[in-house]
Amino acid sequence: MTTYTSLTDADRREMLEAIGVGTVDALFEAIPESVRLGRALDMPPGLGEAEVHAELRELASRNVSADDELCFLGAGMYDHYVPALIDSIVARSEFLTPYTPYQPEISQGGLQVMFEYQTAICELTGLPVSNASVYEGPSAVGAAGYMARLHNGRSKFVVSRGVHPHSRETLATLSAGYGTEVVEVALRDGATDPEALAAAIDEETAAVFLQQPNFLGSVEDLEALAPVAKATGALLVCACDPLPLGVLRPPGDFAVDVAVGEGQSLGNRLDFGGPSFGFFAATQELLRRMPGRIAGETTDVDGRRGFVLTLQTREQHIRRERATSNICTAQALNALAGVVYLSWLGRRGLVELGELLLQRTAYARSRLAEIDGVELLHEQPVVREFALALDAPVDRVIERCAAEGVNPGYPLGRDYPEHADCLLVALTEQRSRADIDRLADVLGRAVAAERRTAAAGVGA
Amino acid sequence: MSPVQRDPRGGGPGATTPAQEDQVLTVFERSRPGRRAFSAPELDVPERPLDELLPERLRRREEARLPELAEPEIVRHYNRLSKRNFDLDTGFYPLGSCTMKHNPKLHERVAALPGNARLHPLQDPRRAQGALELMWRLQGALGEIAGLQHVSLQPSAGSHGELLGVLLTRAYHEDRGEHRTKVLTPDTAHGTNPATVTMAGYELVKVGTADDGGVDLDDLRAKADDDVACFMLTNPNTLGLFDSNIEEIARIVHAAGATLYYDGANLNAVTGISRPGDMGFDIVHFNLHKTFTQPHGGGGPGAGPIAVSDRIEPYLPRPQVVRLGADNGAEPRFDLDFDRPKSVGRLRGFQGNYGVFVRSYAYIRSLGAEGLREMSETAVLNANYLLALLRREGIAEYLPVAYDRLCMHEFVLSGAPMKRELKLRTLDLAKRLLDHGVHPPTVYFPLLVDEALLIEPTETETKETLDAFAESIAAILREAREDPEIARNAPYTTPVRRLDEATAARRPVIRQPL
Repeated sequence: MTTYTSLTDADRREMLEAIGVGTVDALFEAIPESVRLGRALDMPPGLGEAEVHAELRELASRNVSADDELCFLGAGMYDHYVPALIDSIVARSEFLTPYTPYQPEISQGGLQVMFEYQTAICELTGLPVSNASVYEGPSAVGAAGYMARLHNGRSKFVVSRGVHPHSRETLATLSAGYGTEVVEVALRDGATDPEALAAAIDEETAAVFLQQPNFLGSVEDLEALAPVAKATGALLVCACDPLPLGVLRPPGDFAVDVAVGEGQSLGNRLDFGGPSFGFFAATQELLRRMPGRIAGETTDVDGRRGFVLTLQTREQHIRRERATSNICTAQALNALAGVVYLSWLGRRGLVELGELLLQRTAYARSRLAEIDGVELLHEQPVVREFALALDAPVDRVIERCAAEGVNPGYPLGRDYPEHADCLLVALTEQRSRADIDRLADVLGRAVAAERRTAAAGVGA
Repeated sequence: MSPVQRDPRGGGPGATTPAQEDQVLTVFERSRPGRRAFSAPELDVPERPLDELLPERLRRREEARLPELAEPEIVRHYNRLSKRNFDLDTGFYPLGSCTMKHNPKLHERVAALPGNARLHPLQDPRRAQGALELMWRLQGALGEIAGLQHVSLQPSAGSHGELLGVLLTRAYHEDRGEHRTKVLTPDTAHGTNPATVTMAGYELVKVGTADDGGVDLDDLRAKADDDVACFMLTNPNTLGLFDSNIEEIARIVHAAGATLYYDGANLNAVTGISRPGDMGFDIVHFNLHKTFTQPHGGGGPGAGPIAVSDRIEPYLPRPQVVRLGADNGAEPRFDLDFDRPKSVGRLRGFQGNYGVFVRSYAYIRSLGAEGLREMSETAVLNANYLLALLRREGIAEYLPVAYDRLCMHEFVLSGAPMKRELKLRTLDLAKRLLDHGVHPPTVYFPLLVDEALLIEPTETETKETLDAFAESIAAILREAREDPEIARNAPYTTPVRRLDEATAARRPVIRQPL
């Protein structure tokens, strides 16, 4: 057993004497006997450090990670390379172990990181204001909905089916609380249909939600969609994959009011889905309705430059039930990894990485579409992810690929019944041409085998 | 830890510290055109014209002006910034309600194992059995600690768990055809509680505090009508006091048909000693970044799992981690259950902050049943010992304890006499503590204590650390009796001194102009 405590028996005696009680148990006199547990918790005894380490290693060894197979899974989180300098910086105790910076004089490091992060997110999205992070991508979409509701008091959200299914479901969960209807808009040829969007929007629409690129990988034509979305005065919320913004026109170019997204791609590990961070940027007009922490620049009494948490009258610890959100602990350390990653990638690197993804994705898309029994689900432009329609049961194809050490992607039918036997394939810079060729080989054989099985089944 | 004594009225040649003289530049200001750290992988596929891949009208025209730096300067920049932070690994951090206990180093190592760190959240559950089993075991342990066996790990932080708890309450009542409009919280509640109530679409009604620091039962009885959906309570409460009337409170709330919600921010006081489920609570959230040692990261990440009673279970979020096939002697397997027709849905993507679960699970395995009880006993012993030290002459006449009884894991002092006698506000005391090398307690919370100081030492501190903290408080008060100006202008030794927050809010500069 390891408890990380230091008190000796002598300490305990001295401390109890100073308190004026005889036993530790006496300190709990306020707890009625009837609500005391009166037994030990039903769980195994504690272990030494090496034993815990061994147990955790054994558990981890039963997972097939991107270390163990060739992984083309994406759908919201991506196996990008995390540079070593991030491990070194986020492991520093001075970043890892403080609380939220309530005492700015001794928190300048963390506060300045927030300020730099906010600047980087503004640059990435083309919007003028950013907070210091929210939990993650889908809940950021939910938070944007709540902000829209506070802003214009309208009662309906219009959401493209190109928005991540987890985001749509989160929005529905949260809006059930404050009573807002969620209406979904269908896709046409893999992208949001402007006519269907126009038909869904009315004077009661609080916000319209799009995703760029959308869940099927398509680059949405924001230039055409934005005026439609904003025709009745609704806020336009765009969920963005941050890395493609090196090559895609940013939301700020299209009068988007709120840009949110999943930040995992920016220097954060997969971690089976978290922790990562959500980013949240908006127009100047919405600044005082933003959720979450915001760091601002100021000076100290001697005139030195410094940073503080600012606009705190939005926040729950000041405004309580009139706060713009209940968010308190967010994702400061993950946002730090994000800004360090963007500094490492740099101004040119963001573009180069985006162009590399474009080229390799185009290669993979045409290579896989050549396979017999595999077709493109849509022909919209894509950056790093695309959808295929298989002429074979997708789950069995995935099993065959897995047996050969390849994870070919995400079966879309789980979230889109209309796209059963479709596969969403994602690229990162860690997937080389040789990896793509291997995927094509393995996927081709798996699809062929499943089609033979099906044919034999029909023949018999 | 002796504070630097300088001219309190500031300045003077040679009076500054090296950190104060350090010129503060942002990463953007250190940038120079043409410098770089990243080197792109080789283009190993046939290059196609960009126009073919992405029409020009969809392509970005102006580059995002990210910094341009080589690796050495990035590392140096962030290392230098880190040194402008105070942190738990360096010193005492008695920030009340935040449970700033030691973050074991093992946890970072096991969270970083590739089988955890590089596991994709959409990996087929059959190939993520270790992760799902870890989550299932953590659910079991948290359920046992709460005394409520159904657990969802999904919420990302305490306030996220609170929101889920209130949404579950809504789903429960709606399923019974009841439409309730109000949620009660005590006036001592954490700020997240009232904010959550509004976000979940309820009207907030505050319940008063009795003279003994507990819930005012008469006020609760008067307000607990059939419009009330839920009563959100922390026990021990934010005054550090266990409400002995908890069973009567539960009876009143349940008689009104409402749910009783437990804010687990203070669970560090009672783990293995008393369980919220046994007290009558229906829904509990845990702060894994408080009781269960997830490092706080300067403002996250955390995780806020919840545990609920049988009647709330059908509404838990999707997906749930379940164990299958263990009953008939077969090897158990673990899966994600999406087939939950009454579920409120999702609160976020994927399965929650798994990296946090790994750390908290490792912690629970290290301590075990006995260790968890010892954790709470020691936390309460440390708090009462520190309270006893601060009750001594020279301190107590300026900083009396707000409720004069034994405390649980934290306690509240009032700085009202200090303000009256020495013209020193709680804020001044806090700022002078910075010069003593400790993080100040939580200040001005809870709201119902004038000039409040909420002090939570946690179980991982030594007696010597507590003695030194009490001595720092005594020294600051002694100094203030001589010259209160010193504390009023503190701190002196920090990288910056008191900051102009008013101007920052009036004319916000929240990004670097480029």
